[in-house]
Amino acid sequence: MRLGCPICGERDRREFYYQGAALPRPEGEVWAPEWDDYIHNRDNLPGATRDLWQHEQGCGAWLIVTRNTVTHEVLGVALATEAGA
Amino acid sequence: MRLEGKGLIDRARPVSFHFDGRRYEGFAGDTLASALLANGVRMVARSFKYHRPRGVMTAGSEEPNALVTVGRGAAQEPNLRATTVEVHEGLWAQSQNRWPTLGLDLLAVNDVFAPFLGAGFYYKTFMWPRAFWERVYEPLIRRAAGLGALSGDACEDSYERAHAHCDVLVIGAGPAGLMAARAAAEAGADVILAEEDTRLGGRLLAETEEVDGLAGVDWVDEIAAELAAMPNVRIMTRTAVTGVYDGGTYGALERLAPDIAARGHAPKGCFWRIVARRTVLAAGALERAIAFPNNDRPGVMMAGAVRAYVNRWGAAPGQSTVVFGNNDSAHRTVADLQAAGVHVAALVDARPYARCDLDVPFYPGAQVCGTGGRRGLEAVTLATTKGEDRIAADCLAVSGGWNPTVHLACHMGARPTWDAARQAFLPPADAVPGMRVAGAAAGAFSTLACLESGLNEGAAAAVDLGFRAPDMAAPSAGKATYDIFPLWQVPGRGRAWLDFQNDVTVKDVVQAATENFRSVEHMKRYTTQGMAPDQGKNSNVAALAVLAEASGQGIAETGTTTFRPPYVPVPIAAMGAGGKGKGFAPERRTTSHAESIARGAPMIEAGLWYRPSYFPQKAETHWRQSCDREVAMVRGSVGICDVSTLGKIDVQGPDAARFLDFVYTNMFSTLKVGRVRYGLMLREDGHVMDDGTCARLGESHFILTTTTAAAGQVMRHLEFVAQVLRPEWDVRIVSVTEQWAQFAVAGPQARMLLNGMLDAPIDDAGFPYMACGAVGLGGVAARLFRISFSGEHAYEIAVPARYGAALFGALVKRAEDMGGGAYGLEALNVLRIEKGFITHAEIHGRVTAYDIGMQGMMSAKKDFVGKAAATRPGLMDPERERMVGLKPVGAVKELLAGAHIFDEHAEAVSDNDQGYVTSACYSPTLGHVIGIGFLRRGPERMGERVRVVDHLRKSETVCEVTPLVAFDPEGGRLRG
Amino acid sequence: MRFSGLRVLKEGLTGNKGWQAHWRDAIPKPEYDVIIIGGGGHGLSTAYYLAKRHGITNVAVLEKGYLGGGNVGRNTTIVRANYFLPGNSEFYSHSLKLWEGLEEDLNYNVMHSQRGQIVLFHSDGQRDAIARRGNAMINRGDDAELLSVAQLKRMVPYLDYDQPRFPIHGGLLQRRAGTARHDAVAWGYARGASNRGVDLIQNCEVTGIDIQNGRVRGVQTTRGAIRARKLAIVVAGRSSQVAAMAGMRLPIESHVLQAFVTEGLKPCIDHVISFGMGHFYISQSDKGGLVFGGDLDMYASYAARGNLPIVEHVMEAGMTLMPMIGNARVLRSWGGIMDMSPDGSPIIDHSGIEGLYLNCGWCYGGFKAVPGSGDALAHLIATDRPHPAATRFRLDRFRTGWGLMDEEGTGAQHNLH
Repeated sequence: MRLGCPICGERDRREFYYQGAALPRPEGEVWAPEWDDYIHNRDNLPGATRDLWQHEQGCGAWLIVTRNTVTHEVLGVALATEAGA
Repeated sequence: MRLEGKGLIDRARPVSFHFDGRRYEGFAGDTLASALLANGVRMVARSFKYHRPRGVMTAGSEEPNALVTVGRGAAQEPNLRATTVEVHEGLWAQSQNRWPTLGLDLLAVNDVFAPFLGAGFYYKTFMWPRAFWERVYEPLIRRAAGLGALSGDACEDSYERAHAHCDVLVIGAGPAGLMAARAAAEAGADVILAEEDTRLGGRLLAETEEVDGLAGVDWVDEIAAELAAMPNVRIMTRTAVTGVYDGGTYGALERLAPDIAARGHAPKGCFWRIVARRTVLAAGALERAIAFPNNDRPGVMMAGAVRAYVNRWGAAPGQSTVVFGNNDSAHRTVADLQAAGVHVAALVDARPYARCDLDVPFYPGAQVCGTGGRRGLEAVTLATTKGEDRIAADCLAVSGGWNPTVHLACHMGARPTWDAARQAFLPPADAVPGMRVAGAAAGAFSTLACLESGLNEGAAAAVDLGFRAPDMAAPSAGKATYDIFPLWQVPGRGRAWLDFQNDVTVKDVVQAATENFRSVEHMKRYTTQGMAPDQGKNSNVAALAVLAEASGQGIAETGTTTFRPPYVPVPIAAMGAGGKGKGFAPERRTTSHAESIARGAPMIEAGLWYRPSYFPQKAETHWRQSCDREVAMVRGSVGICDVSTLGKIDVQGPDAARFLDFVYTNMFSTLKVGRVRYGLMLREDGHVMDDGTCARLGESHFILTTTTAAAGQVMRHLEFVAQVLRPEWDVRIVSVTEQWAQFAVAGPQARMLLNGMLDAPIDDAGFPYMACGAVGLGGVAARLFRISFSGEHAYEIAVPARYGAALFGALVKRAEDMGGGAYGLEALNVLRIEKGFITHAEIHGRVTAYDIGMQGMMSAKKDFVGKAAATRPGLMDPERERMVGLKPVGAVKELLAGAHIFDEHAEAVSDNDQGYVTSACYSPTLGHVIGIGFLRRGPERMGERVRVVDHLRKSETVCEVTPLVAFDPEGGRLRG
Repeated sequence: MRFSGLRVLKEGLTGNKGWQAHWRDAIPKPEYDVIIIGGGGHGLSTAYYLAKRHGITNVAVLEKGYLGGGNVGRNTTIVRANYFLPGNSEFYSHSLKLWEGLEEDLNYNVMHSQRGQIVLFHSDGQRDAIARRGNAMINRGDDAELLSVAQLKRMVPYLDYDQPRFPIHGGLLQRRAGTARHDAVAWGYARGASNRGVDLIQNCEVTGIDIQNGRVRGVQTTRGAIRARKLAIVVAGRSSQVAAMAGMRLPIESHVLQAFVTEGLKPCIDHVISFGMGHFYISQSDKGGLVFGGDLDMYASYAARGNLPIVEHVMEAGMTLMPMIGNARVLRSWGGIMDMSPDGSPIIDHSGIEGLYLNCGWCYGGFKAVPGSGDALAHLIATDRPHPAATRFRLDRFRTGWGLMDEEGTGAQHNLH
């Protein structure tokens, strides 16, 4: 698997760290169902997904990767600072 | 039998080799299989289950029968295909899976008991008595099973791994692959041509066909020379592409030629990761067998393999051959044998309408229905239109048609599609992004069709990438049509083999269907069809045709099993090249490493780092003596410890302070410049991630420390917070762990020691507890932090790493002059347990701030990572196991980390479990053993006596629950 | 038909003509008492125990492909009970006890081989954590022994004790741990369930879940609608997809885990060896292949195949731990889809929708759980109360924070367990 880092170019999967689904962090400071959804619950359906990766062994940029979980096709890579989770 | 004047072997270079202890002669260019056949050796192996005599069946890596062990001692390699082992001087090969010898194999008795050993018999028996499975049945089965043996010694073969990149990867260098590579290269693409065989040419090496008016082999030499001369072409022979992965990544195993591999420094091979923008799969096709009774005797071979041995290696597999087929491959075999002067006893063509213009006894519409012979083929029985016929022969060449080698096209999960005209599975369309399939692999079975298809696909791959189409035409070549008559099995007396290697017969597949293992996957798993080292390359299609018939479905509906990497087996040593010994992970060393070793310190692993365990002095024979001394030294005078392995992260920017407020539970924006604060970080799930100190060096400049273990995790987390959660904040983060060497100077005389070295002395007023600032050390700009992990008056001094070794030496020398010295991890651990300071033994990922008594550090005034989740009721439950100190008060004065805690008089069973011990040591300061543990409602149980039990080490102690801080609870020494 | 050595002998003497189907292929009826979605190990064992223990036989198991075609047919076959947190501890202990009687119970030789599992440790810190685990196992009534390096050298002399990157300090042995023939487990349960009247329906994919007034009414399938009062989702890596048909969003992320088998070799590894520092575990099948695996590929995936970085890492781990396997050759690699939960532990619980039950979150430890999981889910379905050995496998633990079972201590990131 290869990912195109917007800063470094296309690199092998082993340079990247994978965290999980890209979701917006809830606002509140008190435990609420939104927090449960953010931390634990996932759509996790086959097909296109938005994931958080970091180019840890490269520039360190956190990335939003749009990817098909059935074919592993990479549909798009964007900087998290620009795309937002 | 060697044929004069035939073959591509180098007769000027004879080589001798051994098989089963006997010496034979062959030639350079021979495989072990061709050399053995040339020497008249027919039986080379025994089958897996019934230990039937077996001979060479194919001429390629798909060989199911002729598996041998090559080499001796640590270099011993089991299960190599004799058909791919290159004969070289000194080659030592042995047959395997037989006892005591190949000729007399006592386990051949299994063949007699075959009626009781059919498909899945073991699921139905060996159940009684129960204890017999592990003690009797399983050991017997294990010993009988298996093929070759590993030596048991560490593998000494060295392999390499490498990356390669290209525009177009061409897999296979037969006529299609050669043309594809030539076309793509002509268009200007960077091409890698990977060929599993030792030389280019594919089937052209084994056939007598002409291309472009030249003998096939000569045409191959010509185009190979052209390709070799092109700077944008890389030819990789002996390189099998083993797997297809995402993003155009291909795994490939390259074997070095035996004469190169024999050189002392040379690796044995290389595992390649080839990244290709486009691929042309030109892997050819594999001929398949026909299941007729006793079709497994040595001498029964694939027709194409017989031609290969005759044409390429000048070796006749037999004196008198019967050829049996359902397609024109059989006729070509007869012609080639006759041209080489080998007697052909009969041509049996299952097609009733077949004609023959060769001078040979011809049996159209007939089938082979049996064979005879003890250790090799002696006779063939035919079922003809007029009845049964028996013909003496020592070789039977069989062709049941051709299966395109679709494997790599299916590695991404697509299934091949059934083509009724060719009676074969063809590669699925667009199954691998960027891959095109050419030649026989795509079902083009004539030489001309292969050449044209290769040219077209190679050109198209280049055009896809924006190169201009090459101006090329395919050379002229044979254009025979492929005519096949479906024939999978021939009924008759006796067993008819499908999977030769695993001894799966037609009866087994039929029985599986009867027992409702009708899905092709069920049949495979129940009978083990296709699970042997050839992974069914020779048998899967026939087996599923038999299954289709038995279960009343069509072949297309029955479908195939899943194609999985690798295409050919790959040594673990190749894919794991470099991992042996210390190569498995990087080694990180501090600047004091050499000095620590010089002082005799045993170095132990701390993550990827190495740290000194203790610094033994003369007359100290046990680590405890050194440790106790070092602890006393720190408490009494001064000690030096390298703490550089702790993560050091530099945080700068206008928003640095609010950023740290967000990642730590406690407040940092209120921290004054020149001060340090202890901080606690949570994961977003409300559990403790890490702890450490954070120093404010300037208004918008902080440096924080992490534990050694969590340095990487914290760095990643901080970047996550900055880039993903708070991208609008202006803050930059960089790890400076390796840029700074940092040493703890701890003990009552710490300041005195430092003042002897610092350019300007410090005092308590100017540098109180938790102060930090820039200092000079002989003109070197350093940083000083007044922090303590020992509970003593202590500092950490940081210098650029290039001064680390010098500073450590100087610090230790001064300390020694003052009655102190260096201390290691053991003493560090004791010092912190005495003070109740935590490490990852305590913050092991399942604890909350509440559990470790730090709920007060969770600021109510701000949001921080983990704040919401930490308020879940289950995480604030007083019943949780919470951190306490422990002190043995009974007769036994021992405490072991990992022991569990129970009420004093409760039985030590799960239902009574109250907690566990995380850290324990002998405290030389207090003169007794102390520990840290987690106990249900722990802080509410001070003074209570508990039972601490370690079943594993048979240790039991009564402890008192104590406050966490065992030594100097008021902390006066820190500030003194 | 009862299986025995005598039966094999008799059939062998009479041409093996008397063998019968191991299970019936049923045609879906319009209605069942219980429908189990998923004909893998857990689904089949649930059906078996529903029939055997609770007398509920009007049950259908719906399988979209072939029985046992998921993770039960694609794993490294390890059976053990070496967990230390309450919840996992009692459950796996119970499951191991069921394994120990499984052959007689099913009259099917699943080749459960209690050859022993050794978990290695490489530092004092790891020793302490492993001792805590071993003591928890003994507290639970299971077996565990701490092995010294000298003992290890006698038992497993082929490990690299001389030049390893992470020196071996000792190991934790569970003698009752081992392996089993994975496919046979599925088939044995299928046969047992079928013999007791359960309908096993292959090639039947569930396409919808019918819910009316907050309770389950049945399912839509590729073979038509089927009514049922109770419905259990037992589909491992596909849990989120099926639960979504009931409008649920689960705490599950699906990940790919690869495993490997070598060509057949004469016996050389007699135990199950686990090498935590390298995320590597290995055993040798009775047929002779070395069966081994490593960590997840780490990215969410529904493709039952992986990539080279993990493949190579697993091989490197093998080389550093036991370099004698270098000349063994990998014959086949495969990938399975793992239902990763936020704490690495499973869920066997009501869904919150009446009549709908969940069984998921097994991560990559589901094989050894097959008997216990079926027993526990059957108990829950039949009695509407959790099985005593599975009371903590609650869906709401993530919401409440009570009873999290994060054995690895890596936190609520699904792929880190």
